[in-house]
Amino acid sequence: MTNVRELTSQAPTNLPERSSSSPHILASPEEVAANEIVLEVKDLCIEFHDHKLPERVVENFNLVLHKGEIMGIVGESGSGKSMSALAIAGLLNRKTISKSGQILFEDKDFLNCDRRCLRKYQGDEISIIFQEPMTSLNPLHRIGRQVEESLRIHHPRLSKARRYELAIYTMRAVGLPEPEKVYRMYPHELSGGMRQRAMIAAAMIGDPKILIADEPTTALDVTIQAQIIDLLKEINVSQGTAILFISHDLSLVEQLCHRVIVMQQGKIIETGITHDVFTNPQEAYTKALIDAIPKVEL
Amino acid sequence: MLITLVVVSLCLYLSFQLISGDPATRMLGTSATPERLAALRQELGLDQPVLLQYVRWLGAFVTGDLGTSYVYHQPVTELLSSKIIVTLSLALLSFVFMCIIAFPVGIYTAKHAGSVLDRIVLVVNQVIMAIPPFFSGIIISWVFGMILHLFAPGGYISYTKSIPQFVGYLVFPAIAIALPRAAQAARLIRGSILEEASKNYTRTAYSRGNSTNGVLFNHVLKHAFLPVLTFMGMSLGNMLAGSLVVERVFNIPGISNTLLTSIGNRDYPVVLAAVMWIASIIIIINFLVDVLYRVIDPRTAEE
Repeated sequence: MTNVRELTSQAPTNLPERSSSSPHILASPEEVAANEIVLEVKDLCIEFHDHKLPERVVENFNLVLHKGEIMGIVGESGSGKSMSALAIAGLLNRKTISKSGQILFEDKDFLNCDRRCLRKYQGDEISIIFQEPMTSLNPLHRIGRQVEESLRIHHPRLSKARRYELAIYTMRAVGLPEPEKVYRMYPHELSGGMRQRAMIAAAMIGDPKILIADEPTTALDVTIQAQIIDLLKEINVSQGTAILFISHDLSLVEQLCHRVIVMQQGKIIETGITHDVFTNPQEAYTKALIDAIPKVEL
Repeated sequence: MLITLVVVSLCLYLSFQLISGDPATRMLGTSATPERLAALRQELGLDQPVLLQYVRWLGAFVTGDLGTSYVYHQPVTELLSSKIIVTLSLALLSFVFMCIIAFPVGIYTAKHAGSVLDRIVLVVNQVIMAIPPFFSGIIISWVFGMILHLFAPGGYISYTKSIPQFVGYLVFPAIAIALPRAAQAARLIRGSILEEASKNYTRTAYSRGNSTNGVLFNHVLKHAFLPVLTFMGMSLGNMLAGSLVVERVFNIPGISNTLLTSIGNRDYPVVLAAVMWIASIIIIINFLVDVLYRVIDPRTAEE
């Protein structure tokens, strides 16, 4: 009789050919820390004024991101990690939200400059991908048009042919099969993993310095999740793109990130090199989070 | 589609049996002798069973023969074709006015939702929606006709005489028809845009460096237009079929006016033809709306 353990230990045959010997080896945390700083967030506070009493969702958030660095932000729902990410991407513009602090990119302060100035960087120097690749893509536009959009906005003089060429190149680079065909397709015709790849292609086409990934794999199944994580690594290694990786999945952060920020109720409670934080957590909350990672014993 | 038309005509035929009065009495007057009435009924085929009458009518209808008016003794096709042109012109003009008013107002108020002007427009919209076209028609006739002398109320000019004057006369009734519809449409557009603006793909559009107008015109508007499209189709149908009151107020010889007179006269061939015309138009509009939906939304095309 076949043992259950034997069955589960066999590698499924339908998995794509990738294994633990991933070709994309990340630089060490010490190496990237020596690189130039691409983003610095100082004392970021975010308050909601939707109700009578203001709600402070992010308090004194500080962050330094170096070129080529992957920074993880972890925390449970409502810890303020996504809010911080949206603020950095310049997407918190509701009138009922007040923000203070500084978000410094090159010589600009994203938090305190006007929208026109911010727009020059959005999608060009700083890109973002989201949790839900289906709803984040415009269902009425073809994939190609969406992948090219930031080129259209930031490089209006680029010829149509050149734009197409770049789109196909980027789509191929993020692992979309038959990019010429996918270019003509609509989001609903793609699988979840392919949609997220299309989102990544759209984010990467302008070769940004920073990519914000807001729970990019939460809506995907586990094998696709691993592929997307590998793709992010590849982008980081080949392009030197700094990545801000927001997740509640600590095991992913452990695999991917050089450094990690742990947030709870809008505050940073612990930060450091991922390996150090995971092996020797200083805060009880961090320890509890790490202990909550499901362990697979074979 | 054809089944709908058959059902509509059958229902109509049966409903003629329910309303009191018959064409023969109507034509000859109450003092006519029973013999003459019977003779006329026989001549018109009204003495035969209803279903047989219906099948005969349907047979003729399929070959394009709509019969002869009992009252005017004129082929129905000839009688209605000129009215249809008038109603069609009036409806299209109203539709154009509706779009010209509704889109800019809807888009503006959505973009500036919550502003003072938005609130004013909201109140004005409510008021306009509540005004029935016959009332606004009278007001428009009075203000633009009697006071400003921009047109002569009741002085309808046929398109056979002068097309510019014909259109000029229709402008004001068209506005009367368009206003309440435009108010509704503007509100719908505003709501639809605001709903779409809160969706995830607009956040993505902003993240790529789009301006507010870029997001609005390149992303949101196409989505927001979908529910509006259905409303627009319904409105055009209503304008074609139900401009009755306005046709009366402005004394326009359109199809609704003729329909009402013919029902009064029990002029069944004319009533049937007019209703079939209206039903066909509405079916065609619905079909076009479906086609447009598919063109705009690739997801519906797949189903």
